[in-house]
Amino acid sequence: MDYIIEMAGITKEFPGIIANDDVTLRLKKGEIHALLGENGAGKSTLMSILFGMYQPDRGIIKKNGQEVRIHNPNDANQLGIGMVHQHFKLVHNFTVLENIILGVETTRRGFLKMDKAHRRVTELSQRYNLKVDPDALISEITVGMQQRVEILKMLYRENEILIFDEPTAVLTPQEIDELMKIMKSLTAEGKSILFITHKLNEIKAVADRCTVLRKGKYIGTVAVANTTKEQMSEMMVGRKVNQVVQKEESQPGETILEAEGLCVKNKHTGKLTVNHVSLQVRAGEIVCIAGIDGNGQSELVYAVTGLLPVHAGSVTLKGRDLTHAAVRERNVSGMGHIPEDRHKHGLVLDYSLAYNLVLQSYFTPAFQKNGFLKYDAINTYAESLIEQFDIRSGQGSKTVTRSMSGGNQQKAILAREIDRDPELLIAVQPTRGLDVGAIEYIHTQLIALRDAGKAVLLVSLELEEVMNVSDRILVIYEGEIVADLNPKETTVQELGLYMAGSKRRETA
Amino acid sequence: MKKSSVNLLRTEGFASFSASLTAILVGLMIGFLVLLASNPTQAAGGFSAILTGGISSRKNMGQVLYFATPLIMTGLSVGFANKTGLFNIGASGQFIAGAFAAVYVGVRWTFLPGALHWMTALLAAMLMGALWGIIPGLLKVACNVNVVISCIMMNYIGMHTVNNLVTNTVFDSLNNQSQKVAASAVLPKMGLDLVFRDNTRASSANVGIFIAILASVLIYVILQKTKFGYELKASGYNSDACRYAGMNEKRNVVCSMAIAGALAGLGGALLYLAGSGKCIEVVDILAPEGFNGIPVALLALNNPLGVLLSGLFIAYLKVGGDQMQLYNFVPEIIDIIISVIIYFSAFALLFRGIIQSGLKRGGRDSGTQTVGEPPAVIKKGGIGQ
Repeated sequence: MDYIIEMAGITKEFPGIIANDDVTLRLKKGEIHALLGENGAGKSTLMSILFGMYQPDRGIIKKNGQEVRIHNPNDANQLGIGMVHQHFKLVHNFTVLENIILGVETTRRGFLKMDKAHRRVTELSQRYNLKVDPDALISEITVGMQQRVEILKMLYRENEILIFDEPTAVLTPQEIDELMKIMKSLTAEGKSILFITHKLNEIKAVADRCTVLRKGKYIGTVAVANTTKEQMSEMMVGRKVNQVVQKEESQPGETILEAEGLCVKNKHTGKLTVNHVSLQVRAGEIVCIAGIDGNGQSELVYAVTGLLPVHAGSVTLKGRDLTHAAVRERNVSGMGHIPEDRHKHGLVLDYSLAYNLVLQSYFTPAFQKNGFLKYDAINTYAESLIEQFDIRSGQGSKTVTRSMSGGNQQKAILAREIDRDPELLIAVQPTRGLDVGAIEYIHTQLIALRDAGKAVLLVSLELEEVMNVSDRILVIYEGEIVADLNPKETTVQELGLYMAGSKRRETA
Repeated sequence: MKKSSVNLLRTEGFASFSASLTAILVGLMIGFLVLLASNPTQAAGGFSAILTGGISSRKNMGQVLYFATPLIMTGLSVGFANKTGLFNIGASGQFIAGAFAAVYVGVRWTFLPGALHWMTALLAAMLMGALWGIIPGLLKVACNVNVVISCIMMNYIGMHTVNNLVTNTVFDSLNNQSQKVAASAVLPKMGLDLVFRDNTRASSANVGIFIAILASVLIYVILQKTKFGYELKASGYNSDACRYAGMNEKRNVVCSMAIAGALAGLGGALLYLAGSGKCIEVVDILAPEGFNGIPVALLALNNPLGVLLSGLFIAYLKVGGDQMQLYNFVPEIIDIIISVIIYFSAFALLFRGIIQSGLKRGGRDSGTQTVGEPPAVIKKGGIGQ
């Protein structure tokens, strides 16, 4: 058996949870091995063990048949194991080269010697066709390029086992394609790759074998070529999942949200982050704003929901001008908002679940009288939402929200916003970081809301979500809406071109 | 959800309480070491004096109540502001501003009849304290000035203004301090002087301690039971989420600082109207009671009812410390001992973390920790993003 890495019987327990329960993973030399599982399935824990960040309670790790102990990431590095983290570990005001050599600097009498490193980085970049400029500043290159810097970092350290932790989450479709090519060229040069993901398309596209984890347990390892996506998702979730959301043709009614020439100015730079955006969302339709992260979609939503001041233009909801209205006024006049960052805006993490479920309604007569909160009413209401939306937590409505899993936190926000029965629901990346089962649930809820005659404005970075869920797609690029597309008449590729700014169509 | 006695041990409240207790015990132990170092032969006697001094006589018990009153009030002030996410280091200025208002009313407004006089004095103190607290609040809201900085400024402004006002209005030039307040402005004893006394020597205990208890309960109710408290605590935990939920964050900051100021100001009034002969001295020293409120609040982990206990505890140490003079300890050493204990009390939070993780480890089956990818912690600290 020529396994380059063999993890056998790995068990790792955290207080209250077994993150890995007798997990086995065997990586062949020169293969791309996908590690598939839902959130909380234990993928990251397993990789953290391999990378030396955690010590397993039981089980052994072998490299080339030799048992090894990995106490910290430096040990892992010595063994040739490198990792591209989901959130890059780069110093933004350093150049590419400086980032790559960070920690393994070549020096002479305490002074940096860069020229040799520069030559090696350039050579590596050419060999793997990475096209990275060693002298560019990290802050000035794209996210896709930053990822390549991370890859170069591993190559510079002569790592042979490369771990990619959800590498595609931040990339455009074109960048994803190129990453796949790079991964293949890496394996062609003899590197072995562990690829953590929960996107089945990518596994199908690039991986040779796939190991599936579910709730910390090892489910199995399959050859990707003769396994279907459906089979893999069933292994992952433990039941059949509908990949494509079922929905009827939309029946748009009256205009609910109308934004007219909306502009938002960046306080510091004075640039328009949202540049004369006009859009309408009608009752009974899901309008999706697609775009690469950082193209003004967050600011657009903040302006509509009142979290950022509007520089120019207007926002009307059902004919009512809300351009300068307070957040509370918007919320009570029928605007629901599932925020982009559920920890920053969506929840008071140190409050109980019950308290969080009334965050938008604690002031209504149902939950307070003469300024005193009605405990029983709040708890009863929370219990009913927990039941209705299947929000799972350790201690029911009394659970501190911080201790809940991301999926259930998101369900709590969804429950709160949907149950307020808004005319317009603004959902920003509502499925970010969630697993297939939870994504399916949230999509179903959004469509149910639409079918109930409500307007939905969805902001998403996931193209699959954009194509599957929306009735109309608006592409945002550098703060401007550059296309208004029908998902049935467009392709992912075309969408990608609009998103990257290389194509634009004047909208009415 | 089922509840059993075992679960009681895992509640947050229990963890907080035992953390404070551990902090105190460690503080006492270190204090004893300091005693040993400074005077080994008398250490045991001195240590027992500080431990039992507060209950060694009825008068001392009364003194504990008397000293505790202003500490509880400033502790409440700091703790309340902390709960709402503001660090009120300006309790000192609010305290002395309130004290002056009370003394002024006590000396000058003799036209007020009977009990109305001291009550008005207390009210004036609260208003003045609130004014002193509201200014940093307004500056924060209007110009985003850091509350800590403006509070520190307000401490000095308060000290010098009060010195000036005392000299110009109610000055007793012979003693370089404020004049004595009229008898009707002195807080009633409510019979406490009869209970807590040694023969002829009565303690200074008075109605103030009841007012402090009432204030603690009131603040507790506001924070725990009301819509206002819900908003205040939410903004303390996560002000972004408050904005998202449409709460009036600015109004909350101003209100919170006003209430914190009123509490500290009331504390000033309760001390200077106690009838113990204490007057506002015209010296360039910030009122220490305001700063002592910080450890009181810390030790109580900002819980208003906890502040009541920790205020009493620190007052108890103070009274016990005074007894140490019998064992030839100089007041400076006594201050060091008390400071060491208070210093360690600041570690209460640290101990709480340890106790909680210990309890969780002991109670894995309780399933309090829901599945979430634990290693996520490591992913944080990434740059930029």
